[in-house]
Parts: sequence; C-alpha cells; structure tokens
Amino acid sequence: MIINHPILGPRDSAEFTYMGDAALLDRPDWQAKDALAQFIDYGYLRDNPAGPHQELWYHEQGDRSFLVVTRDTTTHEISSVKLANDVARSRGRST
Amino acid sequence: MRYSGLRVIKEALTGHKGWKPAWRDVAPQAQYDYIVIGGGGHGLATAYYLARNHGAKKVAVLEKGWIGGGNVGRNTTIVRSNYLLDGNEPFYEHSLKLWEGLEQDINYNAMISQRGILNLVHSDAQRDAFTRRGNAMILNGADADLLSTETIQKRYPFLNVHNARFPIKGGLAQHRGGTVRHDAVAWGYARAADQLGVDIIQNCEVTGFRIEGGKCLGVETSLGYIGGGKIASCVAGSSGRLMAKANMRLPIESHVLQAFVSEGLKPVLPGVITFGAGHFYCSQSDKGGLVFGGDLDGYNSYAQRGNLPVVEDVCEGAMAIFPMLGRVRLLRMWGGIMDMSMDGSPIIDRTHIKSLYFNGGWCYGGFKATPASGWCYAHLLATDTPHEFAKAYRFDRFEKGQMIDEKGVGNNPQLH
Ligand SMILES: Cc1cc2nc3c(=O)[nH]c(=O)nc-3n(C[C@H](O)[C@H](O)[C@H](O)COP(=O)(O)OP(=O)(O)OC[C@H]3O[C@@H](n4cnc5c(N)ncnc54)[C@H](O)[C@@H]3O)c2cc1C
Repeated sequence: MIINHPILGPRDSAEFTYMGDAALLDRPDWQAKDALAQFIDYGYLRDNPAGPHQELWYHEQGDRSFLVVTRDTTTHEISSVKLANDVARSRGRST
Repeated sequence: MRYSGLRVIKEALTGHKGWKPAWRDVAPQAQYDYIVIGGGGHGLATAYYLARNHGAKKVAVLEKGWIGGGNVGRNTTIVRSNYLLDGNEPFYEHSLKLWEGLEQDINYNAMISQRGILNLVHSDAQRDAFTRRGNAMILNGADADLLSTETIQKRYPFLNVHNARFPIKGGLAQHRGGTVRHDAVAWGYARAADQLGVDIIQNCEVTGFRIEGGKCLGVETSLGYIGGGKIASCVAGSSGRLMAKANMRLPIESHVLQAFVSEGLKPVLPGVITFGAGHFYCSQSDKGGLVFGGDLDGYNSYAQRGNLPVVEDVCEGAMAIFPMLGRVRLLRMWGGIMDMSMDGSPIIDRTHIKSLYFNGGWCYGGFKATPASGWCYAHLLATDTPHEFAKAYRFDRFEKGQMIDEKGVGNNPQLH
C-alpha cells in the first residue's frame, strides 16, 4: 500500500505504524459527568466498518507525523490523507 | 449412515455409489427455538452441542455462503492448550480434551494429529516466561515439557540452534498439541448436527434483526424473515458488521491474517514449531505441504487477502530457524478476516438485547477453541448461565478492568 503523505509525497505503508480508528483523536473530557462511560467507549468500543474508515497512521520510519488516512477496508483504496494536526485543529483544538 | 472401515471397503468394491450427502439441504422453517448465525466451526459446534447436550429440537444454522468457507477453512489448523491466564487455560484445556474424543463422538475422521507443538526459546527472559506458562498449564491439568537445547537438537536436527542473532536456548513443548484437518471439522460437525435434526441452511445471509421492546424476535435474511426463540451470533470476522445491524458497537476490530502452503515434501517436520523471536509457526500437512503463517497485516481489513510486507516478514522468520526451507516453493497463500478483540481473548455472552447472544473475538486462536466454544455457547444458550470454563468471557470485563490479556499489550487489537 502507498500512502500519499501531505508533506513527503507517496510513501510505502511499511514506513508507518498503524494506530487504529481516528476517533482516538477525540479524547473525552475527563471532567464530564459521564466521563467513565465515555472513556470505556473511547478505550474499548469500535465502529469497525466494512467500507471507508478514518484511521491513524504514524510515520515512525519517516517524519514522525500522525496522519488521518481514509481507506476502504474492503479494497484498501485510500481516498484522503491529512495531517492529524490539521484535522484536530479543524475540530477547534489547539493541537 | 455411519462411517466405518468396512463401509469404505464395501463402497470401494461397488463403485462408491452408496454414499449419500452428509447433511440435508433444507428450506428454512418459519420459527426455530434457536437460530445460530454463521456456519463456521463455532456455529456448527454450537448447534451440535445444543442438540446433543441439551436436547434442543428446533435448531437452525444460517450461513451466508457455504459452510466451511470462512476462517474454519482458512486457518493453519494448530490446536493446543498452552495458555497462561486463569480465564483462558481451563477453557482451552477443555477444548483439547474434546478434540481428543471428537472423532469417536461425531463418527468422522477429522485427522486429529497430536504430533506436539514446540515453542522455541531464544533468551533467558523468554525461558523464564515460558517456564511460568508451563507451570500454569500443569496447574490446570494440561501437559507441558521444558526442553533443553540438546534435546531439541536431537529431535529436530534441521533447526538452526546456533543462529547468531536468535540462538535457540530451549523450548516449551506440549506433546498433546498438534493439528486437525480444518474442513473436516466443519463437515463432521455439520453431519453430526444434521443427524440430530439441526437444519443447516446455506446461502442464507442474515441482513437484520427484528427487535421489539428490547427483545430479539428473529432475523431478516436473504431467504425472508425467520423467527427464533434465541438468536446466537457466531460470525467471527464479520461480527462488527452483523452486530451493527442491532446497533451494537463491539470491543473488536477486523483484521486480515495470511496463511501459506508450500509444495508437497517428504516428511520433514514432526509436529508444530513456533519461532520465539519473530512471528512464524509451521507444521506439515498429511499431503506433505508445509503450512505456515505469521503476523496480521496490522490494519483494519475486510478484504480476504493480504499484502506483501507480511509475506516477506514470514519468509524471513522461516529462514531464521529453518534454513533448509530456502529453496522450497510456495504453492498457495490466502487471507482470512479475524475478529481481533481488545485484549486478545474471546467473548461468549448475552447482549443487552433480550434473546440475542454473542460469540466472537477469537483473534487468530479460534480454531483450537472450536469444540469448547460450541460446548460453552450451547450451555449459555440453553441454560442462560455462563459455562464454568467460559465465565470470564464477558462483555463487561473491559469496563471492570478484568481484561484477559495473555500478551500484556493492552487495548490494541492488532498487537494481540
Ligand atoms: C490464516 C488464518 C490462520 C489461523 N490459524 C489458526 C490456528 O493455527 N489455530 C487456531 O486455533 N486458530 C487459527 N485461526 C483462527 C480461526 O480460524 C478462527 O478463530 C475460527 O475459525 C473462527 O470461528 P469460525 O470457525 O466459527 O469462523 P468462520 O469459519 O469464519 O465462520 C463464520 C461464518 O459466518 C458466516 N457469516 C458471516 N456473516 C454472516 C451473515 N450476515 N449471515 C450468515 N452468515 C454469516 C461466514 O460466511 C462464515 O462462514 C486462523 C485464522 C486464519 C484466517
């Protein structure tokens, strides 16, 4: 699989470490009333879709950036690659 | 029809015209007491033990394709009970005992071959860990034998014990472990279940659940609605996909695991051998092909095929311990979709929806679990109480902090 890195261009997926569902970017608020339930959900439950999946890939053998890759889990086709930083910022977070 | 040696001779002399289909081809009835979704090893075993152990009469197995087309027909066929943790070891030892009596029980040759499994040790720390594991096995009534390098060299002269990077410093053997003909397990259970009146319905995909007032009443299928007293999901790698139709999210990710078979060789490999410094395991089938595998590809996948980096990794593992395999040619390779759970251990439990039950999260160790999984799932379905050996396999173990994490790698499915 080739991942088209937004900064470095096309890279072999073997340079990356897979870090799971990109929902992991949205860490729950630990002070929320239902924080426990939210963290159980965050830590252990997954959508696990057959089809497009937003997931985190860490460029461990490269520039150490985290990417949000949208990949179809039935065909391995990649439709979008973004820096996880940019995705988090677009959701109103500082990093 | 009972199979026997005499029968084989008689059929051989009469042109093999007397064999009948091993199970009936039936149309679904409108209502069953138990509907088992998924005609893999676990689903078929569940249906069989429901009928055999609990006298269940109206049982159906619904399979979207053909039985045995899923992971039960794709795995590397290794059976063993060499687990460490209390939640697991009694269950897997029960399974191994059931394997030992299975062929007589179902009157079917599943080619159960207890040629032993050897886990190689490459460092002192690993020897400590394996010694502990061996002791845990013995405490749970299983067999375990710590072998020295000398014994290993004598028994397996082809192993490269002096590899500079990964010298072999011993091994943990379970002599009762081995391999089982995987397809025969599906066929044997199907035939035995059918003889007890279970309806096995192929080409029948479950497309939804009918849930009213928090209770599951039946399933929508490609052959129409089928009502059921109890509905038992048992679809391994498709668990996430199926349970999403009941609006359930699971502590499971689906990942692809590849397997490989070489050209046929004369007998070279006694039993199963696993490499302890990388991920590689190998045995030799009765046809002579070496059957081997390694790690997951490592990312969510529902595609039943893998990628090349893992092929390279597996072959490197092979060369590190079996340099003699260098010129063996690969015959076939394929992938299967694994239901990787958050702690590497399975779930056999009720769901929050009444009458809907779940069995899954088998990761890549579910073939060896087939008999015990069916046994314990049938017990849960029939009595509504968890079986003694499967009582740790609950959904709520994650929120309670009671993960059964053999490898100690945390909630990271692709690492188990
Ligand atoms: C390459 C590979 C190697 C492995 N090696 C080993 C090993 O050496 N030892 C070991 O112990 N385990 C091993 N495993 C794991 C083991 O094969 C599985 O854990 C086990 O087979 C899963 O249970 P099953 O047999 O019931 O699954 P399956 O055979 O996959 O059964 C599930 C069935 O459900 C059906 N289904 C799915 N969705 C629906 C639906 N909506 N409606 C109706 N039916 C549906 C599928 O078609 C399938 O037939 C390996 C797996 C793979 C892929």
